Amino acid sequence: MINKTINQKAWFMVLPVLALVAFNAIIPLMTVVNYSVQETFGDNLFFWEGIKWFEEVMRSERFHDALGRQLLFTLLILLIEVPLGVGIALTMPRQGIGVTICLVLMALPLLIPWNVVGAMWNIFALPDIGLLGKMLNGVGFDYNFTQNTFWAWATVVAMDVWHWTSLVVLLCYAGLRSIPDAYYQASKIDGASSWQVFRYIQLPKMKRVLTIALLLRLMDSFMIYTEPFVLTGGGPGNSTTFLSIDLVKVALGQFDLGPAAAMSIIYFLVVLLLCWVLYTLMMRNETN
Amino acid sequence: MKKITWLIPTVYIVFLMLPIYWLVNMSFKTTNEILGSFTLWPNNFTVENYVTIFTDPTWFMGYVNSLTYVTINTVISLLVALPAAYAFSRYRFLGDKHLFFWLLTNRMAPPAVFALPFFQLYSAIGLFDTHIAVALSHCLFNIPLAVWILEGFMSGVPKELDETAYIDGYSFPQFFFKIFIPAIAAGIGVAAFFCFMFSWVELLLAKTLTAVDAKPIAATMTRTVSTAGYELGLLSAAGTLTIVPGAFVIYFVRNYIAKGFALGRV
Repeated sequence: MINKTINQKAWFMVLPVLALVAFNAIIPLMTVVNYSVQETFGDNLFFWEGIKWFEEVMRSERFHDALGRQLLFTLLILLIEVPLGVGIALTMPRQGIGVTICLVLMALPLLIPWNVVGAMWNIFALPDIGLLGKMLNGVGFDYNFTQNTFWAWATVVAMDVWHWTSLVVLLCYAGLRSIPDAYYQASKIDGASSWQVFRYIQLPKMKRVLTIALLLRLMDSFMIYTEPFVLTGGGPGNSTTFLSIDLVKVALGQFDLGPAAAMSIIYFLVVLLLCWVLYTLMMRNETN
Repeated sequence: MKKITWLIPTVYIVFLMLPIYWLVNMSFKTTNEILGSFTLWPNNFTVENYVTIFTDPTWFMGYVNSLTYVTINTVISLLVALPAAYAFSRYRFLGDKHLFFWLLTNRMAPPAVFALPFFQLYSAIGLFDTHIAVALSHCLFNIPLAVWILEGFMSGVPKELDETAYIDGYSFPQFFFKIFIPAIAAGIGVAAFFCFMFSWVELLLAKTLTAVDAKPIAATMTRTVSTAGYELGLLSAAGTLTIVPGAFVIYFVRNYIAKGFALGRV
C-alpha cells in the first residue's frame, strides 16, 4: 500500500470537487428532508408532522415487500454479473484487433438510454413478435413474461445482466491491463499455475476496481426504475415492483410528497448502510 | 484451453448483440410490420424512420442537445476529479476518508423525489432549460464516479514514480502531465467513458431541467408514444442512433483502456 504523507494543503485540490458536488447535493437533500416531516395540501401550505410518515412507511407491508424484492434482485444480479464480468475480463484478448472489437461491442448496451432498453427488451421478449419470446417458445418453454412471475423475473434479471455486465468487464479489464508485466514474468519464473496467478497477482491488483464495480452495481441496482417499469410495468401483479417503482407510484401516482420523501430517505439510508458495510469489508481485507 | 478462452467473450458478445440486432432490425421496418408479423429481417425494407429523424429539427436537435451537455459534463468532471483523486491517493488530510465516502453517497439517493428540488434550485439561479444546467446537475453523480475510478488507478501507481521524478528535477506540473497522466491513461480512459455514458443515458434530471432549448434525445423519444400506441419503427431508429456517439467515444479511448502499465519514463 502507498504510504501517504500528511498534507493539509491537499484540501485545495479537493475543493472544486467538494463545491460542485455540494451545490447539487445539499439543497435538494434538505428539501426532501423538509418534505418528509410535513404534510402538504398544495399551495405551498405545509404542516409539521414530525416522524409520522417514517413510522407509517416502516410499518407498511407494501414497503417491506418492495424492499424484499429489491434485496433479492440486487443479490441475484451481483452474483451473476460480478463473476461473469471478471471471467470475461480475464479471457478477453490483450492485443490486436480483437481488443477493439471486444471493447466497442461490449460497451454498446451501456450506451442505450434506459427507456429504450426497457422498450427494446419488451418487444424482444414478446412471445408472438419478439426474437427471444419466439425462440424460447420454439424450444418448448411456456414463456410469457407478462403473465408468469417466474419468467417476468428471469427477463428482468437477463435484461440487467445484458445491460450492466459490461460495466464490470470494462473496469476489471482496465484494472488487469495496468498490472506491470514484471509481475507476470516473475510468476512465470516461479512456475505459478494460472489459478495461482489469478489468486495472488490478478485478484489483489484488481481489488480496487472490483470494489468500485461492486459498489456501483449495488447502488445502481437499487435505483433501477425505467427499465423494469417499461418492460413489465412492475407486474404481473406486484411481482417486479422494486423499491423505485413503488416510490414513484407513491410520489407521482398518489402525489403524497410527505410519505414519498420519508420513503426516499429510508431507502437512501438502506443503500448507504449496505454500501458502507461492503466497503468496510473490502477495505479491511486490504490492510491485512 | 486456448479454444475455451476465445469462446467466452464470443458467446457473451453474441448474447449482447441479439437484442441490439432486433432493435436495428425493427428500425428498418414499418410499425405495422413490427406489430403484425414475426420476421427475422425487414420484408419491406424502409429508411423512412431515419429520414424522419434527420429532416425534423425537433428530432435531431435532441442529439445535439444531449451531446452538448454530455461533453461539457465529461470535461468538467475529469478536470476537477484529476487533482482531487491525486490528493486522495497520495496525501492524508483532515477528514479525507469521510469526504471520500461521502462523495459516493451522492449516487445513492433515489432520484424520483429529488427531481422537484432540482427544478426549483436551477430555476432559482436562472439556468432552467440550458445545457449548462444539465451538465452541472450531472456532476452530482459523475464527479464522485470519476474521483473513485481515478483514485483506484492512481493508488496502483507506486509512489517511487513520483519520488524519482522529483529527484530527476521535474517540477510538480511537469511530473503530473508528462509522467503521471500517461501512467494512469487506462483509468482516465475508463473514467471518461463512464462519465460520458452515465450523463448520456440519464433521463430524469435532464428531462426535469429542460423544456425546449436543451431537451435531450431520450426525452424527445417519449413523443413516439401517441394515442395510437407506440411508433415502434421510429423509436427503434432513434434508439439505434443513440448508440452511435458513445461507440465513437469508446473507439477513441480503447487504446488507453487496453494500454499496459509501463513503469518508467514515457
